[in-house]
Amino acid sequence: MKYVDEYRDGALARGIAATISAEADPARTYRFMEFCGGHTHAIARYGLEDLLPANVQMIHGPGCPVCVLPIGRMDDAIKLAENPKITLCTYGDLMRVPGSNGASLQKAKAHGCDIRMVYSTLDALAIAEAEPDREVVFFAIGFETTTPPTAVALQIAARKELTNFSIFCNHVLTPSAIRAIMTSEEAKRGEVMLDGFVGPSHVSTVIGTDPYEFCSEEFGKPVVIAGFEPLDVMQSILMLVRQVNDGRAVVENQYIRAVTPEGNRKAQALVEEFFELRPSFEWRGLGQVPMSALRLRQTFAHFDAELKFGMVTVAAADNPACECGAILRGVKRPEDCKLFGTVCTPENPMGSCMVSSEGSCAAHWTFGRFRTFARARSGERRSA
Amino acid sequence: MCLAIPAKITALLPDGMAKVSLDGVSKVISVALIDDPAVGDYVVLHVGYALTKIDAEEAQRTLELLAEAGALAAPVPEGAA
Ligand code: SF4
Repeated sequence: MKYVDEYRDGALARGIAATISAEADPARTYRFMEFCGGHTHAIARYGLEDLLPANVQMIHGPGCPVCVLPIGRMDDAIKLAENPKITLCTYGDLMRVPGSNGASLQKAKAHGCDIRMVYSTLDALAIAEAEPDREVVFFAIGFETTTPPTAVALQIAARKELTNFSIFCNHVLTPSAIRAIMTSEEAKRGEVMLDGFVGPSHVSTVIGTDPYEFCSEEFGKPVVIAGFEPLDVMQSILMLVRQVNDGRAVVENQYIRAVTPEGNRKAQALVEEFFELRPSFEWRGLGQVPMSALRLRQTFAHFDAELKFGMVTVAAADNPACECGAILRGVKRPEDCKLFGTVCTPENPMGSCMVSSEGSCAAHWTFGRFRTFARARSGERRSA
Repeated sequence: MCLAIPAKITALLPDGMAKVSLDGVSKVISVALIDDPAVGDYVVLHVGYALTKIDAEEAQRTLELLAEAGALAAPVPEGAA
């Protein structure tokens, strides 16, 4: 497939890995956070860590919207679905995310709740039009990439004056999450040792590269906006190594074929029309993060399921043994979790990180990324 | 859910929709978020929407940069690491 195959060439990936090995200073360690679950998936699927020298390490970030959704919001969605008047439309990834007490949308559906998996916001809209007697709620979730599609659905619903369509809005913002990681208690204690970020490029097709400038300006960390194919990721890691070696910290764009500094203005304008910032929003692992999520503007309150159905989110605690929170903050790895691969597997996820294929635990499990670490660690121990 | 893939526009449809080809498989998507979609354009497809066009020249430039980066050090033969 054009624009895919040419960025997956194994020999070239090994060539770039050799360049990284040659340029990386053996006297130091390079720790880069791949913010986005899409990169976590690519790194695991193509075994990119096996190609990197031992002193270039990748750390997962909180960039999987399914993973960072707190349990309380999952409980809300299940409650919505339990309302006999409501048809809840959701992206498939959310079906198996555990809520409180082992509840999930999948189980609710098995118990007769009207929950439908959709591929696109337009599918949810079509259901609302076809079934005017049902209250159709779209479980809107995702970073800056999925927000414009939600906005398009709202625009059409407004034009058609649909009164039985609303959204349960959980759209969140990438730059705020990076800031939360860099200013966390662990960061203050010096436990978040990061030398740079592999930035999410699909987010940047929408918001551009400019919103990441603060990361280099305030925190002195380089950012490379990286495409999702394996060669894109390898090249981005090389670009980060070079910035670190040169003592530079700027925002660079590897994904020039689709990302511009200013992004997609049309999509931004549409998002701006329908959404405004929430003063604060809870993230799994990061807690309350100021200005990190969106809600509908007052003018469109009639499309807001939270208002329409009088929802009040009750914060709920994560499974105490689940390490998703620390993993999402970049301070622990999936294999540090006692439940990993024993009690918790993709078939029976205990935490959100084991659900979506972009979740770090699921990626480790499915593609055996954990074995790399096991190998590397036993190697470390042997040489110690 | 967040994965996005390149798709080629094969026909423009009414209401901001378009038909695309994904490795030969045909699909109807929304092009409401991009300016001036045209048949033959490659777009980044995500949850049923084109998020942006793919720039053919920049894609070519990236391939050249990749080739350059891959040729700087002698490649490690497969299995040697
Ligand atoms: S392995 Fe399961 S329980 Fe452990 S951190 Fe990952 S998702 Fe949570």
